[in-house]
Amino acid sequence: MTTAEFFHMGGYAFYVWTSYGLTLIVLLANVLSPLRQRRKILADLARRERRERKLK
Amino acid sequence: MWRFFHKLGSPKHFYRIAGAWIPWLALFCAGFMLVGLYLGLWVAPPDYQQGESYRIMYVHVPAAWMSLFIYVVMAGAGAIGLIWHMKLAEVMAISSAHIGASFTFLALVTGSIWGKPMWGTWWVWDARLTSELILLFLYLGVIALHNAVEDKRTAARATSILAIVGVVNIPIIHYSVEWWNTLHQGPTVTKFDAPSIDVRMLIPLLLMAVAFKLFYAVVVLMRARCEILQRERNTQWVRQLAGES
Repeated sequence: MTTAEFFHMGGYAFYVWTSYGLTLIVLLANVLSPLRQRRKILADLARRERRERKLK
Repeated sequence: MWRFFHKLGSPKHFYRIAGAWIPWLALFCAGFMLVGLYLGLWVAPPDYQQGESYRIMYVHVPAAWMSLFIYVVMAGAGAIGLIWHMKLAEVMAISSAHIGASFTFLALVTGSIWGKPMWGTWWVWDARLTSELILLFLYLGVIALHNAVEDKRTAARATSILAIVGVVNIPIIHYSVEWWNTLHQGPTVTKFDAPSIDVRMLIPLLLMAVAFKLFYAVVVLMRARCEILQRERNTQWVRQLAGES
């Protein structure tokens, strides 16, 4: 199989690659969402810590 | 051994152990996925009826399997949380909901994209497709209910009950292609006699299925760690952790 044939997918390129593209997006979103959430939580907690130290 | 499980039940130790496992699980997931994609997209022969379009199967079928698997895990964790009041089970249940919803969405959309060239339509209201759509609504219901209740423990109880009731949909989805006449094809792998699928197509499919399972393990642990940080925000160890970062 040549590379051109591979990307052509026997005429079904649009359907096949759209499916794989969407899969990639969903998987990436699943990884990025907890990473972002974690950064946000830790930043919030660190802010709270600083505020409490000032109050003392 | 029991000490290990006992430790695993405490959020602090779970947080640490999960953190150590995530990179390894991610590594194995990437390995399975790369080999699965290579064999599935490049090596496996085209289907004698569907040509190259059948290659959508390598993401569609694992996503659909995961949508069912994660639901059962979520309901099981919810039940454990209800019965033994295990905080960690509650955390696993709600962390699974978002991931399960995304895989259900993926199964529906890739199925639709596959249906257009093969069946000539994006969507039909047949048993398999409709019951899978109901699964998506169940996941979204669990997430919405969890967000609607302020107190985390009350929210966990309510969502667990909803998740357990929804389990009735799982066998309906699985057997829908046998109980009703549907456009969706019958099972070719998960039946009792030998799978009626060429082994060169079966191996990449199974590799992708394992990769998706490992992927779920990675992201559910990542989400669970976030959830634990939120819930344990007032404990000494989380304060210390936040101070270090």
